[in-house]
Amino acid sequence: MYQGIRISGFGGQGVISAGVLLAQAGMMDGKEVSFFPAYGAEMRGGTANCSVVVASDEVTTPIVSMPDTAIVLNEPSLAKFEPMVRPGGLLIINTSLINSRPTRKDIRILEVPCNAIAAGLGNGKVMNMVALGAFAAATGAISVDAIARALPKVYKKLKPEVIELNVNALRRGAEFKVN
Amino acid sequence: MAEKKLMKGNEALAEGAIRAGCRFFAGYPITPQNEIPEYMSWRMPQVGGAFVQAESEVSAINMIYGAGATGVRCMTSSSSPGISLKQEGISYCAGADLPVFIGNVMRGGPGLGNIAGAQGDYWQATRGGGHGDYRTFVMAPNCVTELGNFPHKCFEVSFKYRIPSMVLTDGLLGQMMEPVDFKHPEIDPKSLPEPDWALGVARGRGKRIVKSYDLKEGGVEIMVNERVKRYQRIEASEVMYEEKMLEDAEVALVAYGISARVSVAAMKMAREKGLKVGLFRPITLWPFPKARLVELSARIKSFVVVEMSLGQMVEDVLLSLNGRAPVHLYAKPGASLITAEEVCAALEKIMKKGAKEYAAVK
Repeated sequence: MYQGIRISGFGGQGVISAGVLLAQAGMMDGKEVSFFPAYGAEMRGGTANCSVVVASDEVTTPIVSMPDTAIVLNEPSLAKFEPMVRPGGLLIINTSLINSRPTRKDIRILEVPCNAIAAGLGNGKVMNMVALGAFAAATGAISVDAIARALPKVYKKLKPEVIELNVNALRRGAEFKVN
Repeated sequence: MAEKKLMKGNEALAEGAIRAGCRFFAGYPITPQNEIPEYMSWRMPQVGGAFVQAESEVSAINMIYGAGATGVRCMTSSSSPGISLKQEGISYCAGADLPVFIGNVMRGGPGLGNIAGAQGDYWQATRGGGHGDYRTFVMAPNCVTELGNFPHKCFEVSFKYRIPSMVLTDGLLGQMMEPVDFKHPEIDPKSLPEPDWALGVARGRGKRIVKSYDLKEGGVEIMVNERVKRYQRIEASEVMYEEKMLEDAEVALVAYGISARVSVAAMKMAREKGLKVGLFRPITLWPFPKARLVELSARIKSFVVVEMSLGQMVEDVLLSLNGRAPVHLYAKPGASLITAEEVCAALEKIMKKGAKEYAAVK
């Protein structure tokens, strides 16, 4: 198993947090992992993206240039990352904020209204967890439980009820299936 | 086994230095290495060490010059433009035979360049950088675990041979996170013997002098020749490299640091296409693994150097092989990311064309 993942969205959507969490979860699950953030002059409202690799064997390059999965959380990210996905790969689209439709026919598409689901759970901030839950279920690269176990390791100050909210978001995301 | 920890490369380098007994750090902020001084600022007090945010890079390297003269394990770090500012001080440390440790987290250049990862400081690191005839022991890690472990080796070599040492890494490795496995037991600096040249309280012993100059006729020549003997011992016994799938390879990729990681992916791609490609990764950039390259040239048909620069290490490969095998270059300057796909495409081009002489491939 070798999963190269790109996560992209606005600064403030939890793109980097989701990437670190995924790497931590993979590591705790006994897999080889790497995380690499785009670290330009980033700011809230600007763009943010990161590369994560989760592999059963050696991680070669941490630069994910042809992602097996791209998770795009805002409109500009769809335009940037849809062309990069490996043929046969997976594109997870946050339909709450993305109106355009993907054009490629050689990749799998998973549409998830991340913001709407998060809002329904009572906190829009957990939209990144909805996307991660969808990723876990669709790829099997990592389990929702493993991501849930990693949460308190990465976010040591989170209250139990906030952890629970995040785990609920992961589980709701995992209910979505590839079209 | 201790629980694995996910760390940024910069943090691992800082923690690795502390575990290797480093108890004085002086630095000045610059992206993409800011996590090193930030980490040192809270970690040093925990181990009874000292952290100083200096007023400039020049000041920081000279604080290391002073600390190094007392025999303490000390470090400074910066990124490309800041390392340029430190060159005079590094030359003085080399001239005074001081075992100081320097981290360079390379970014785009020349000039202020940008803050992305690059490999444009190879010449500066391995050719001295500062004025005068000297060498610096230079190690190039390719993962976060190596960033955490190489300070141990750097201090060991620095103190054994009295030479400045450097970890030459880049913004990519500095900013990325991976699980870290610290392999060496922690060193308590109090357990280390006082070097017989270190300055300090002279009560009960003879006078010691640390200096980088000698105005007597022939004085500097004597100093340099004595130093050269130590350089020769380093070249004979401290060379490090890694090989992957070279047993049956027709072509060897030659790459260090992050480029070597990309090259592993390119090598695997090329193998899937039936191309017999392996990887040679210099770990010490000085001393450069010349002899091993010569040995390999007996059975490897050609060498393809991959660098995130205009092509700097390629000259060491050319000098080492001295015409024994064709050398090609895939260069990506300007702090632009190399992808495995483009390296693989370059390999295919070279192997199909069967170029006989030095060629830069685009």
